[in-house]
Amino acid sequence: MGSSAADEDLPQVLLIKNPPAFAVLGEEHFTSPKFRYLKAFESSLPLHDFLAAHGGSVRAILASLSVVDASVLDLLPEVRVIATTSAGLNLLDLPECRRRGIKIANAGDVYSTDVADYAVGLLIDVLRKISASNRYVKQGFWASKGDYYPLGSKLRGKRIGIVGLGRIGYQVAKRLEAFGCSIAYNSRKAKPGVSYPFYQTVQELAAKSDALVLCCGLTQQTRHLVNKEVLAALGKEGVIVNVARGGVIDEKEMVRCLMEGEIAGAGLDVFENEPEVPKELMELDNVVMSPHCAVRTRESLMEVGRLAVRNLEAFFSNEPLLSEFEDD
Amino acid sequence: MESIGVLLMCPMYSYLEQELQSRFNLFKLWQQPPSKITEFLKSNQRTIKAVVSNARVGVDAQLIDSLPNLEIVASFSVGFDKIDLKRCEEKGIRVTNTPDVLTDDVADLGIALILAVLRKICPCDGFVRSGKWKDGDFGLSTKFSSKPVGIVGLGRIGSAIAKRAQAFGCSISYHSRTQKPLKPYKYYDNIVDLAKNCSILVVACSLTDETRHIVNREVIDALGPRGILINVGRGAHVDEPELVSALLEGRLAGAGLDVYEDEPEVPEPLLRLDNVVLLPHVGSDTVETCNAMADLVLANLEAHFNSRPLPTPVI
Repeated sequence: MGSSAADEDLPQVLLIKNPPAFAVLGEEHFTSPKFRYLKAFESSLPLHDFLAAHGGSVRAILASLSVVDASVLDLLPEVRVIATTSAGLNLLDLPECRRRGIKIANAGDVYSTDVADYAVGLLIDVLRKISASNRYVKQGFWASKGDYYPLGSKLRGKRIGIVGLGRIGYQVAKRLEAFGCSIAYNSRKAKPGVSYPFYQTVQELAAKSDALVLCCGLTQQTRHLVNKEVLAALGKEGVIVNVARGGVIDEKEMVRCLMEGEIAGAGLDVFENEPEVPKELMELDNVVMSPHCAVRTRESLMEVGRLAVRNLEAFFSNEPLLSEFEDD
Repeated sequence: MESIGVLLMCPMYSYLEQELQSRFNLFKLWQQPPSKITEFLKSNQRTIKAVVSNARVGVDAQLIDSLPNLEIVASFSVGFDKIDLKRCEEKGIRVTNTPDVLTDDVADLGIALILAVLRKICPCDGFVRSGKWKDGDFGLSTKFSSKPVGIVGLGRIGSAIAKRAQAFGCSISYHSRTQKPLKPYKYYDNIVDLAKNCSILVVACSLTDETRHIVNREVIDALGPRGILINVGRGAHVDEPELVSALLEGRLAGAGLDVYEDEPEVPEPLLRLDNVVLLPHVGSDTVETCNAMADLVLANLEAHFNSRPLPTPVI
């Protein structure tokens, strides 16, 4: 990784933290002949001091797990693009970026497939008790105690209510249709060209669903969107799957409903205060939990890193970004 | 009908048992101590005209011969590998099973196992439950969408699995006795080539003399160290000791099993493997499907004893 005279002429891309993709898979997969990396995390200087010293001519950032706000951007007057490898954009101050004319290249569709797959996996696990019966067998109970009960619940004919019909929600819908489920949804607004029934509120959707699958972003509007009324509307036979953000559900209320049998089960990849998980859930066989890993496949990590590189190459070639984030 | 003797081979499903009890003269084989079974069958052999069996407990020649008035064997399963069909045919005994009603559930379970193994859903759940998340992240799993899926047996269940896997963008190939010209998937006339060309191999065929141990060492080697095996067929489809050593030695990336050679016994080394998901033969275990299967068993029995055509005869 020694630099040559030609390297010095290459434009710089700022890395505030080492992206997970680089750390886990190796930086060699993410180099480009069109730019070089300026690694703030390798310096002993605090970030703002480092940027004050070195950020003056940086035109691009590859952001992963770092906050990019006004204080950071003030020290990077030439930045015009941020490519992110994260699934969510909540660490970027989007209004500040917009104000400064900075384009955002996001992860595009890279993660949505894996999240959709995981949501389906969680739903079937809850309905067919996969994790619970796997535990049963591995504890030796099949031979000693007999066949596993209770029975599961059939997928075909189930009414699935998708909260947030973006890229992830849409892929969840397509998959579950192949299992014979019917789909309905709630989103900020109805999607033109989509034939699934649209419900104005999540409560109405829940009343008409056997399972809710949460695929929306976390915003002020969606915080605790799934509340006491929605859970009551979902009902005793209802199941909830959350691959969005923990904050979309009133977690305390959901835990109470699960403990008291007011909903039938839950598949949860996200929680309000990760890595804290309500201890009541640990004893429940009708709950399947995972440590916020719906995006974390080897393939996605590679793909998202490569996409960020391609976006940056496009930027430096004055070409359109491949996955520009448009806030609608 | 209350005088017609029906022998129930083992506990199956309470609704089925209740209905059989109310409609027929029901004998429960498992309530007899093993030493008294011959005597029990002898004293009731004139009354017993039907046997209800399932995937676990079958009907062999010895039992058939000890029930001279046996007219029909109705299985609470779609597989009939444990029924001596030849002997039944010789004696003019009808055999029925429960096809179609359980196709969806078994196919759903096949996909559930693929996701559970590749995406590590079960170990993830264990990771959270054990409190380990507080000490660090879980690590990476393997993508399912777009992976090549190979299906052994493209009957009702195999086709249903193919349809679901396609929704995940997977390419589908298959091996079966004969090519199915109406199916748009790539056909391999031998299972080794199928295994070489997929990363997820799903067993969904019926168990016959030809398919016993169809998944053997050669197939496992062809599937390779990045491949996974899913079995929703019968335990005997797979050479179980070979599968166990392949998993222990890392020659296979993982497995999802609902069936085993000697249920409910599961090879002990598998119990400790995180890359293996083990289910207790729950392929059709939903309330809806068990009810439908039970109704079909009852419909077959009623039809037979009322001299009407059987809804789902095997022979």
